[in-house]
Parts: sequence; C-alpha cells; structure tokens
Amino acid sequence: MKAWLAHHLHSLKIAAEQFRAAPVATLFTILVIGVAVSLPAGLYVLLGNLERAAGGVKPQAEVTAFFKEVDETKARALAASLKKRVDVADVQFVSKTDGIQRLESAGLAEVALGLPENPLPHTLVLTPKEATPEALEALAAEVKSNPDIERVLVDTDWIKRLAALMQLGRDLVGMLIVVLGVALAAITANTIRLQIYAQEDAIEVARLIGATDRFIRRPFLYFGGIQGLVGGLAGWSLVIAGGLLLESSVAQVAAAYGSQFLLAGLSLQETGLLLLFSSMLGWLGAYFAVGRALRQGD
Amino acid sequence: MSAQPLIEISEVTKRYPGGHEALSNISLGIEQGEMVFLTGHSGAGKSTLLKLIAAIERPTSGHIIVNGQNVGRMKRPALPFFRRNIGLIFQDHKLLYDRSVFDNVLMPLHIQGVIGNDAARRVRAALDKVGLLNKERARPITLSGGEQQRLCIARAIVSRPALVLADEPTANLDDAYARDIMDMFRAFNEVGVTLVISTHDQDLINRYGGHKVTLAYGKQVV
Repeated sequence: MKAWLAHHLHSLKIAAEQFRAAPVATLFTILVIGVAVSLPAGLYVLLGNLERAAGGVKPQAEVTAFFKEVDETKARALAASLKKRVDVADVQFVSKTDGIQRLESAGLAEVALGLPENPLPHTLVLTPKEATPEALEALAAEVKSNPDIERVLVDTDWIKRLAALMQLGRDLVGMLIVVLGVALAAITANTIRLQIYAQEDAIEVARLIGATDRFIRRPFLYFGGIQGLVGGLAGWSLVIAGGLLLESSVAQVAAAYGSQFLLAGLSLQETGLLLLFSSMLGWLGAYFAVGRALRQGD
Repeated sequence: MSAQPLIEISEVTKRYPGGHEALSNISLGIEQGEMVFLTGHSGAGKSTLLKLIAAIERPTSGHIIVNGQNVGRMKRPALPFFRRNIGLIFQDHKLLYDRSVFDNVLMPLHIQGVIGNDAARRVRAALDKVGLLNKERARPITLSGGEQQRLCIARAIVSRPALVLADEPTANLDDAYARDIMDMFRAFNEVGVTLVISTHDQDLINRYGGHKVTLAYGKQVV
C-alpha cells in the first residue's frame, strides 16, 4: 500500500517535472484545450438561458379563442359547456381583468399602464386531449363557429418552431462536444508524443530493466489528465468571463423590456462534469500516445 | 543444484529481416554459478545471443530456456518480471544523463516497488561495491568511461539478480580499468551470481579462465 502510494506520488512528480520543463508550450496547450472546452460549454450555457427566457411557455398544443364584446357570465357559460366535451382536456377562462393582471405580472407593467383602457377581450385557452394538428384544427373550427367568438388562434406553429430550434441547439452542442472532445484528446496525444520523443532513452532503459507498461505509462497519464483538468478549468473560466462580459448588456436589454433577467452560468454539477470530461479526454489521449510508443518499441 | 542448467540454448537460429543470419544452430548449456565468456570477432553474434537470453529479441527457431522458462515464447506481460531477475550491462552503458548517479541506480529498485530508506541503503551498497559512493550526486556525463561502466554495473546488481549478462563491458577501457571490472565480476561470481560476459579480449579470458564459448560468423566454434 505504501509502495503503491509512493509509485503514484513519484509518477505525479515526474508529470510535474514535465510541466516545469516546458511551461510555455504547456500553457499554450492548456489555452487551446480551454478554447475547445469553452465552445460547447458556452453554447450549452447560452441554450440554457434561452430556454429559461422562453420559460413560461409550455411546449403544449393549445387553442386560444378570443370573445367578441360579450359579458363575462355568457363567456363563462361557453367555457363550462366546452369543458364537458370529450376531446377537451382543459379549459382555462381568462377574463379581461385577469388578462391585464397577467400582463403586469409578466413584467410588462409599463406597457399595461400606458394603455388608456383595457383592450383585452375575454379569452379561452383550450387544451385538447390529443395534441395532433388535426385534433387542434377540428377543435378550432368548432369553436370558431360559435357566434360569440371573434378569433381563434391555433398557436402550435411557433411552439413547434421554438422546440425545433432548441433541439437544433442541443444537437449542435452534442456535435461540438464530440468534435472538440476528439480534438482535445488529439491535442493531448500530440503533446505526450513530443514528451515521449524527449524521453525515449529513459523509456528504453526502463523496459530493459523490467518496467511494466503500466509503470511507464503512468506519469504520462497523470500529465494528460492534469493537463485536461487545467484546460477544462481554463475553458470554464472563459465561459464565466464571457457571461460576466455579457451580463450588463443582457440586463440592459431586459430592462428595456421592463423586465429582469439574470444570466445563469454553469451549476456545480455541470462544472464538475465538464472538468471530469476534459480530464478523462486528456487521460485518454495520453493513453493512446503511450500505447502507440510502447507497441513501436517491441 | 538441479540437473537442468540455468540457461539452456538448443539449436537456436536468429535471422534478421533481410536474410542476415546472426546465429546459426547454436546449442549450449550454462550452469548455475558459472562465469562464461562469449568470444569471437565483432559481428560474430555475441550481442545477439545475449539479447536472446534476456528476451530483448526472439529466436527465429530453436528454443532458449532460462530458469525453466521458455524465453522465446514468453508473453509480453511476463517480460518485465522475467527481466527483473537479470542484471544487464550494456556496451554503450545506457545511462540516463538527466538524473544523478544515485537515481540511475535507484531505477531498477523503484520499478520493483522498493522505496524509501530500504532502497537508498541498497543503492549505496551497490555504489560502494563499484567504488562510486562518493559520486552519488554527480551526473553520469561528468564521469569517465570506466566510471560510467561501473555505474552501469551498479545498476545491474542493485536488485541482486542471480544472472548478469554483460555485453563487452571492457571494450573501450584501458587495461587497468578492464581488470578492475573483471575483478568485480569475479567477486560477484564468488558469491554465486551466474555471469555471461561477451568480450573479444583474449588476454582477459586467459587471465580469468572459466567457461569459454567461441562464435564465428554466427556459428559455434568447438
């Protein structure tokens, strides 16, 4: 156990010596890894914030019906009768006054205050049991035939578009993770390859006097892993720095809409995952580079 | 000891890619505790034979048994553990110039998981045997040729192997240094270490005697 620990400490020491031997080169490599990490991480954060901004919107199929100028009891009666239908899951009645209150609480108080009188009609929000476009269209047509209804909105399109855009963003993040993950491993493998060149003699002698592959590999693995970890930290810092830079302008935009919006960064778990991922890729790159060198030595 | 020799070489041929035959049909047994001289002109196959015994290279045909293990068929993961029982001394020393004399000798122990005071004591004992104890902090590059060869010997014996293979250990040394080194080998032999030493120096062999194997153009001269 003590010998095992000493082995690992020694490997760490050798890895640290490698850092010291080429500080500038290592720094540049870490920077490159940082940029590679920050791209998918940054996009991920951006996407998370967009999703949050689009917040209250449920990606759900709804039919919205606006009444003509009718009094509230009549409107409520229609809502109640619609609720009894088998193809309707839920009916929400939003009266004129409810509507203006919602507008205010949505952060558009100034807009609401600027209006001379409440221009909003009574509104019905219908959720059909089936969320297929056909069911929606059928329900919409039915509601529209009622003489008290002014206009019917089937607002599925933009929800679909938003969901599709978000999905596109997520796919993009996934793609970037794969591409830049491979790049990260390759960058590490290349650094390690150069180190192996510089240490060919030591590796040859170690093998001749009975070092196992694992023994030879270990310091390089440590180096790759630590470089990945530090690179991951650099990437994380880039994302956080970017967030801080954008924060004030985002706040300004939000303020211009009479709203408040705080940019969210990466959570502790996400940060941990990011660092784990970048260390593992560094480790992997080192593993391949050393494995190749060991096979060539045979 | 047992009836089986420590090293048994039967009908070994080594052909390198390109067709050059470095060894042809060599058969030879080396007993435990022997001091064997491999001799012959340069290119006769002395180094190749040593490399085959240490499993650095594999025979094209025939087999080599060392300590009951078939070296030519040994699996890759078993090689390091096999080599730990052999002290290797190289003609070109193969010292590491980026670390001290002490650290060079420490390397085999470290590889075998010997650490701390125990390791330091053994390193100093090995350095003491070859007369380099006062140079433990020096870099190998600052040592003379004879001292570098002795350092290589210290590294080979620090893990107390039962078998030492030395490839032209006295090649580039003047006579006094060469005798120094041979005296050391004889001292190891006296405590039971089996030695296989390749050399083309006939005077040395005549002076130290022992089992002599002569090679010429890859063939055994009887």
